[in-house]
Amino acid sequence: MKLTLRVWRQKNARADGAMATYEVDGVSPDMSFLEMLDVLNERLALDGEDPVAFDHDCREGICGACSLVINGDAHGPERTTTCQLHMRSFRDGDTIDVEPWRAAAFPVVKDLVVDRSALDRIIQAGGYVTAPTGSAPEAHATPVPKPVADQAFEHAECIGCGACVAACPNGAAMLFTSAKVNHLNVLPQGAPERETRVLDMVAQMDGEGFGGCTLTGECATACPKGIPLTSITRMNREWLRATRKASDR
Amino acid sequence: MAVSGLVMLLYLVVHMIGNLEIYFGAGEFNAYAHWLRTVGEPFMHDEWTLWLVRVVLVAAVVAHAVSAYQLSRRDIRARPTPYVHRRRRASYATRTMRWGGIILGLFVVWHLLDLTTGTVHAGGFQPGHPYQNVVDTFSTWYGDVVYIVAMLALGLHVRHGFWSAAQTLGVGSGARDRALKTVADVLALLLTAGFIAVPVGVMTGVVSWR
Repeated sequence: MKLTLRVWRQKNARADGAMATYEVDGVSPDMSFLEMLDVLNERLALDGEDPVAFDHDCREGICGACSLVINGDAHGPERTTTCQLHMRSFRDGDTIDVEPWRAAAFPVVKDLVVDRSALDRIIQAGGYVTAPTGSAPEAHATPVPKPVADQAFEHAECIGCGACVAACPNGAAMLFTSAKVNHLNVLPQGAPERETRVLDMVAQMDGEGFGGCTLTGECATACPKGIPLTSITRMNREWLRATRKASDR
Repeated sequence: MAVSGLVMLLYLVVHMIGNLEIYFGAGEFNAYAHWLRTVGEPFMHDEWTLWLVRVVLVAAVVAHAVSAYQLSRRDIRARPTPYVHRRRRASYATRTMRWGGIILGLFVVWHLLDLTTGTVHAGGFQPGHPYQNVVDTFSTWYGDVVYIVAMLALGLHVRHGFWSAAQTLGVGSGARDRALKTVADVLALLLTAGFIAVPVGVMTGVVSWR
């Protein structure tokens, strides 16, 4: 396959960026999107040019490191992560636009790499269970009913890639935050901090400069892990409940 | 947005049902309009209920507009650099919430100046004779166009708005999602059809004061 890539190039956080055009030849349809970028980078390096910087790690769709908005879609046209997107999803001769996640809360570090530490700070605000660490507890000590475990797992699937923020026309982080809140709030282990968790994480999310939710549903459509839009509804319910409880105290 | 929107939605349903009285003649419609001023008597003094409803509605409109402004400001700030490759996002109803809302706001101003105060009314505005006033308005082409366009915008706004309000208030769930979407669609359709029935009635001559 022969492709024309239009890639966002930006030297550093302060520099102005622009789209740069590259021709990439000899692309196999079996390559992943990142492998195709590797091919481009190899050539750029040989030519003495600066390779295109992009985030990646496990390359098997479970770590949440890879990003990229491809032709206007977070993680590209398939419902998966960019590392699991294959070039067979494109046609020979296609022109492909590659851009970084765009959000005020995700400043560009270089080229396609953005700083997603805002999501880490939301986790730090309440995405944990305060419990003695040390040896693993006996698994049967806290019984969890199967439907509850299923719910927790559905939300726990979130890999924190930030595609929801990138896809949202408002740059909101509601789907990420709701997945993290619900994952712990439905479990007995998360119960003691059920109220403070949702209040603190939402407050942190607001403080990071993410946009507000208008329920367009773009986040759930882009999510490579299929976190449902109703996750946001459930978080809203948790937030209202926690606010009510806090005012009772 | 959710609470103020639902308050206005409730009012619209009542308003739409009341409007349909126009199909039962000038006498009944004018009597209904007169009754609106005397609701709650003798407990409520003349027009008290009317003014109470007006105050609640103005509060809802202001709250809705202020939160829409704050939300929009925040959303625009959250994406300072737009994508180069743009694609059409979300459904038409969802994408038109902001502009649709502004159009509806302007429509309400026109609607009040036209049929409540009579300031911009076509022909001679007669206080206390709403039937004739309504027929006057919908006998002009622009009255029909403005009204029908606004009601279509209203349908779209309610379609996304009602369902969204349910999500904001945490009422929705995976199992209830389809039911909520259906209620939103039915509400939007009934409101639009019910309101548009009035200008259509005048245009087709079913409703006339001769």
